[in-house]
Amino acid sequence: MSLAHFIFGRLTPDDLPFWQMLQHPTGANIVNGIIATTAGAIVVLGAAVTVGLITRYGKWRLLWSQWLTSVDHKRIGIMYIVLSFVMLTRAVIEAVLMRTQQAFGLDGGFLSPNHFAQLFSTHGTIMIFFMAMPFLTGVINYAMPLQIGARDVSFPVMNSISLGLTAAGAALVMVSLDIGQFSTGGWSGYPPYTEAAFNPGVGPDYWIWALTLSSLGSMMTGINFAVTIYKRRTCGMGFFRMPLFTWTALCTSILMIFAMPPLTVATLLLALDRYLGFHFFTNGLGGNMMNFANLFWLFGHPEVYILILPAFGVYSEVFSTFSGKVLYGYRSLVWATMAIAVLSFTVWVHHFFTMGQSADINAVFGVATMLIGIPTGVKVYDWLFTMYRGRVRLTVPMIYAIAFMMLFVIGGLSGIVLANPSVDYQVHNTLFLVAHFHNMLIPGLLFGMLAAYHFWFPKAFGFRLDERWGMIAAACWIIGFVLAFFPLYAVGLLGFPRRTVAYFNPAYVPYMRVALVGAVFIAAALGSLFVQLWISVRNRQAYGAPAGDPWDGRSLEWATPSPPPEYNFPVLPEVTARDAFTRAKDSGAAYQIPAQFADITIPKNSALGPVLGAAGALIGFGLVWYLWWLTVAATAAAVAAIIVRGFARDTEKVIPASDVEREHMRWLDLVASTRAVSRLRELDAANTGLAAHAIPETAQ
Amino acid sequence: MTEKVIYHPGLRLGAAHPDAHEGAEELLFGFWVFLMSDAIVFGLLFATYASMLHSTAGGPGPKQLFDIRSIFVETLALLLSSFTYGMASLSLKYGRRSGPLVAWLCVTLALGLVFLGLEVHDFLSIFHQGAGPTHSGFLSAFFGLVPLHGLHVFTGCVWMIALMAQMAVYGVDRRVKLGLLRLGLFWHFLDIVWVAIFSVVYLGGLT
Repeated sequence: MSLAHFIFGRLTPDDLPFWQMLQHPTGANIVNGIIATTAGAIVVLGAAVTVGLITRYGKWRLLWSQWLTSVDHKRIGIMYIVLSFVMLTRAVIEAVLMRTQQAFGLDGGFLSPNHFAQLFSTHGTIMIFFMAMPFLTGVINYAMPLQIGARDVSFPVMNSISLGLTAAGAALVMVSLDIGQFSTGGWSGYPPYTEAAFNPGVGPDYWIWALTLSSLGSMMTGINFAVTIYKRRTCGMGFFRMPLFTWTALCTSILMIFAMPPLTVATLLLALDRYLGFHFFTNGLGGNMMNFANLFWLFGHPEVYILILPAFGVYSEVFSTFSGKVLYGYRSLVWATMAIAVLSFTVWVHHFFTMGQSADINAVFGVATMLIGIPTGVKVYDWLFTMYRGRVRLTVPMIYAIAFMMLFVIGGLSGIVLANPSVDYQVHNTLFLVAHFHNMLIPGLLFGMLAAYHFWFPKAFGFRLDERWGMIAAACWIIGFVLAFFPLYAVGLLGFPRRTVAYFNPAYVPYMRVALVGAVFIAAALGSLFVQLWISVRNRQAYGAPAGDPWDGRSLEWATPSPPPEYNFPVLPEVTARDAFTRAKDSGAAYQIPAQFADITIPKNSALGPVLGAAGALIGFGLVWYLWWLTVAATAAAVAAIIVRGFARDTEKVIPASDVEREHMRWLDLVASTRAVSRLRELDAANTGLAAHAIPETAQ
Repeated sequence: MTEKVIYHPGLRLGAAHPDAHEGAEELLFGFWVFLMSDAIVFGLLFATYASMLHSTAGGPGPKQLFDIRSIFVETLALLLSSFTYGMASLSLKYGRRSGPLVAWLCVTLALGLVFLGLEVHDFLSIFHQGAGPTHSGFLSAFFGLVPLHGLHVFTGCVWMIALMAQMAVYGVDRRVKLGLLRLGLFWHFLDIVWVAIFSVVYLGGLT
């Protein structure tokens, strides 16, 4: 082994995105090379501009001490959501590119099959692991501890480590744009295709290590959230008094604890196959790829509910708040959530009905799959009845929620169709399936997360988001989704296989053109969100709502200033019933001065999260490129960091009671000088975060 | 605030250790949850192993490869180490001096290292028979499952050394106590996993 080989592993100039284009300048190579190079350049430029701006404004110290090393659940939540928006942007661009390719894909198109395969693999991987998961983790991180009246999560430093590992996985996916290429094996990465025999390159390795890092992060997140909910609820916050969003956070956390290990096992066993010549999933010598399919979907199906349950929780809060009513059927919603969480472990085989098990087994899993429709149906009725006779306000979150309810039911219906194994045999692996799961995940998960973003943004930053651009974005998402995916149901039934770069049936063309129009709307929707953010930040004075309760909120997070202090509550609140803050406002117990203030102990910042995140990214990069020295060094650094952390003793800081009191009195003064607004003026500049609460609900 | 009753499964330090007692509930509960998650990992590897038991691809199987004498000694060492860790926990709870605690931890560590040494020796002898993990699905599954347990034991040993180093610096303070409680759970958990490995992989394979 030469020295160069030792230092550079299998890195060569060939791995730059424009190299092939320069060496073999055929037309197709040039088109693909330009697209790949542009994408790579955007990543490099984006990183350079970010670094440049931070340097220019001298914000490195602030970034490090206030954000990266922060163990405050609110800041960690915000960082998760920033990460997910960055990754969402890339994955949406990829989606538009794929739709463009297929719109012109009759007899060819402009993308090479390899390039197209990378696009759908990164799109799926990013959307699931680096958009959806960080988004919901961020939202839960932000809202859940406030909702249960806690100062932080149970293990704040571990929370920061989870973020670090997730960001490390995302970084690997981003780096793959510039150095080498990503997997072409889809987001599920089935062997034997992803085995070294067929895919000796770096693609599947990028996929393996990105997923391994993120699955470890999510497993720790699950433990953290579940323990927080079990152990940190404030006095009187019994399980059946928790806001529904917290319930869904609990169920999602339990799913994370039990469903993330199968993914870690699946990716690590595949890594053993690829790196050390094991035979877990190979074709020969007793390998069995069905084990991978089972392991992956043992994770993969609960994952679907990890994604959707928090969105259900958000919708429950949104329907109740913006209908001005108690949530209808709270207990049935809780039981339905638990039922879904349990059933989610009993249906994984429906992801591979066609892969050889007997008809009886398929029938059992088909029936189990259909059963999930029942608790979900219960929820839809509960939300409908929550709106019934409520004073419904059509704010942006409510628009998303209503669109969700209509579109999600259609997607659920196509799911019931697919749950029938004999139907599945006809349409599996077609665009019908692609239409189905996008129909669940866009109106279900994404709309839910966007509703949460609009709903809790004023809590996190003290000002509301621009309503007009929010409406434009919502309209574009809804129109874009319908146009982009309903045609795919049709072409799927006509037999269009998924993950196909080109086709030869002219009947598909009109549908694919409509889908492209939908994709353009979706791109516009994303653009509108950024415009909205820009405008809102610029007009933050006019949209300010520092008093903390812009929506006449019902749960404890609205009983704090916006943004809340680091310790959340000056004195931990006591709860006597559901909808604690609404009760407090009704009875006049809100905005009171506590009998006495006490010192508050909170954890100090820790560099462990960013250090382990950086080490994780370097370990992954070293493994992908066979840079063994880097892998060994980064692993040693990670282990050393953990051991050194064990010796830390000065890990907490005390905020004196006088500071807490001063802070709290300042907020109460602000509230006292704030004019309460009725719900009719909710969207005016007059709404600075104090709700006029005319009729006590108990009297209604 | 009224005195809260502390509930967590396993050893409780009690009123003699008020500082550690207070923080124990949440931390230990969280560690239990982690162990359950880790149990899923082992469970899946057991399932993989069971499904690949006959995928020997014409190569050697359990009867040709496993040496029950060595495995038996390993088992004794590991089970004994669980007992000695239990003694360490009791000296933590009732002992006034840290001497017995450190002594029991050292015995536990030594037994853990004996276990690891014997296990490595076993693996090497399987390698010498020309039966590494690259030879069949069965051997892959074996080398996926059993060394993972060994890696856990190794991690436990490193953790134990780190805790003793912390003791040398800070004495048996709150964080050391909480660390010892968690390491105890981890160590006993690995014992249970080993009992499953011994039963399923070794006894099951040899009968």
